Amino acid sequence: MLELIVMSTLNGVLYGMLLFLMASGLTVIFSMLGVLNFAHASFYMLGAFFGFQISRWFGFWPALLIAPLLAGALGAAVERYGLRRVHKNGHVAELLFTFGLAFAIEEVVQIIWGKSPVDFRVPSLLDFPAFTIFSTNYPAYKMFMLLVSIVIFVALLITLKKTRIGLIVQAALTHPHMVGHLGHNVGRIFMLVFGVGTALAAVAGVIAGPALVTQANMAGLLGPILFVVVVVGGLGSLPGAFAASLLIGLVQTFAVSMNGSLSGAFGPLSPNYAATWLADIWNVTIAQIAPIMPYLLLVLILIFRPMGLLGTRDT
Amino acid sequence: MRKLMMAAAIALPMFGTAAIAQETVKIAYIDPLSGGGASIGEIGLKTFQFLAEELNAKGGVLGKKVEIVAFDNKTNPQESLIQAQKAIDQGIRILTQGNGSSVAGALSDFVTKYNERNPGKEVLYFNYAAVDPVLTNDKCSFWHFRWDANSDIKMEALTNYMKTATAIKNVYLINQDYSFGHSVRTAAKSMLGAKRPDIKIVGDELHPLLKITDFAPYIAKIKASGADTVVTGNWGQDFALLLKAAADAGLKVSWYTYYAGGTGGPTAVKQANLNHQVFQVGEGIANLDNKPSQEFEKALRAKYDFSLFYPRAVNQMRMLAAAADKAKSIDPVKVALALEGMEFDVFNGGKGSMRKDDHQFFQPIYISSLGDRTEKEPFDEEKTGWGWKLIAKIDTAQTVLPTTCKMERPK
Repeated sequence: MLELIVMSTLNGVLYGMLLFLMASGLTVIFSMLGVLNFAHASFYMLGAFFGFQISRWFGFWPALLIAPLLAGALGAAVERYGLRRVHKNGHVAELLFTFGLAFAIEEVVQIIWGKSPVDFRVPSLLDFPAFTIFSTNYPAYKMFMLLVSIVIFVALLITLKKTRIGLIVQAALTHPHMVGHLGHNVGRIFMLVFGVGTALAAVAGVIAGPALVTQANMAGLLGPILFVVVVVGGLGSLPGAFAASLLIGLVQTFAVSMNGSLSGAFGPLSPNYAATWLADIWNVTIAQIAPIMPYLLLVLILIFRPMGLLGTRDT
Repeated sequence: MRKLMMAAAIALPMFGTAAIAQETVKIAYIDPLSGGGASIGEIGLKTFQFLAEELNAKGGVLGKKVEIVAFDNKTNPQESLIQAQKAIDQGIRILTQGNGSSVAGALSDFVTKYNERNPGKEVLYFNYAAVDPVLTNDKCSFWHFRWDANSDIKMEALTNYMKTATAIKNVYLINQDYSFGHSVRTAAKSMLGAKRPDIKIVGDELHPLLKITDFAPYIAKIKASGADTVVTGNWGQDFALLLKAAADAGLKVSWYTYYAGGTGGPTAVKQANLNHQVFQVGEGIANLDNKPSQEFEKALRAKYDFSLFYPRAVNQMRMLAAAADKAKSIDPVKVALALEGMEFDVFNGGKGSMRKDDHQFFQPIYISSLGDRTEKEPFDEEKTGWGWKLIAKIDTAQTVLPTTCKMERPK
């Protein structure tokens, strides 16, 4: 039992940190521009594919640096030449723009790299078990993922709390108009934030690519969960996004490890109902509904605490 | 005049394609070419194209060229019906599909209804891999033919072997959460319960189909359950990633599988270092002592980068040609009638037959394990150096299970 708890915690924290890498950018963009960037997960996918391609040419380590820079530059360009123009037509147009962009990116990726998974391998330097607990190996690469996520989280926190640009970004989160009135180039800040946000998503893509599966539908698999993180954590709140990421990571991982069901709690269903639809509900285990847990959380949060766990503004 | 020319401009190309369509026998391949199922969908497509070329080299079907037309169904039943309609609109009369019994159920239903509404334009559905037993039992259809042994037949063979493996004490079941996965777990539980009541089922897991990218949480759970054996019907990336996670965690158990040989499977098994601990039940492996199938395997590997995962597809395509010869027609109804009860020398050697009652094909079934090879096993898998070794053969007669099918035939 202890073994399961330790392994699930490790796996859950790791998944949560990956989510946070992506959600941090998304939540900051969301609160500054007032736009849910539907294409955010696509930059995660771009990061993975750029990482794959560059690691083919130059190896994994250059890829870890170059791929996020490329994706970030692309993100900044999208903001500068796309979103900013669309902005004139209101939020709905912006929303639709990012929505369309997500499909466009997916199609382009399919054209270039094909529809089936690419062979993105863990670098051989990290391809060994890091440690063994309860006779279970924990791969070194996963520890590396965890480490990278934590380093980025700390760096992000310091940048936001201790630097001048961080102060302006923070101010723009709560009082975007005031920051503009004070003479700061809000447009450039937006572009910067968008670029850094997408670059962070791309970092997540590069490090997740070899561990998970690098294929053209990876954005679609993760995209919806990101919105859950942003809403549950609270609009524009980085600590909120952090807490929500970890929460969702742990909830999903622990749910998988649980076998409880209504029949386990209250005994088997009476034979009269055994062949009806009630039997399905009665026998379904928590593990089986693990994938919908985050969305359940989303619904509950929206009903009972619309501003999110640590948010200040209503969504 | 202008109108006439326009009409001609539109009509002529239409006549043109109709004329060409008669020269070729087109088969619509409706399977995933994107998303989680793509890795095996593409292998299937290439296999069928290879088989079409083989038929064409021998003069085609009744002198007509065979062509495979690919449709991407994203492993989605709704999408499959759209693609099937698209294929029919192009004049294609034979559909084939294999990945996903949920898709197969929808397609079989669709084809049956379509044929009721469109007499004289019937369409056949050849199922090469969807093994939910219901398709040839309660929901059987005259227009559906299945070349793969159904899930119950496979589980019967697998449990007959497990019965003799005394090392098995604690079994963990992990399957995909849809009709096929459900049928595997139900059959495994009832058959193991009957044949080896001393075995304990320590886990019974269902997970979403082709959506999990990291199986580490599931592996942790299997580990914690104390299982020494896992039984799974997982296919495609759901198998490869499951084994990859097992390799990462260093989980050492025996695996009894349906589809360990699929894309990425052997690589993951080698990574996990499970030498002859992963078993697979199926209708054939590359390393069977049978000259024609070994020659075929060599030719396939010379052309593509993969080994033959679908001996059943070979049987399907060759039997299509034989049925058309017998019926002297490629009309779907006549081909279907010719296929019923047809005896056939199957690809891997031995006799097989298409049962008239439910359109289930019966053939010898083999259990094999993956690992080190001797001189008896010339072929390895996915360049791992490891190959399939024959463990047990079940003759056709012993694979026959009763059916509840009450088939409605065309009048």
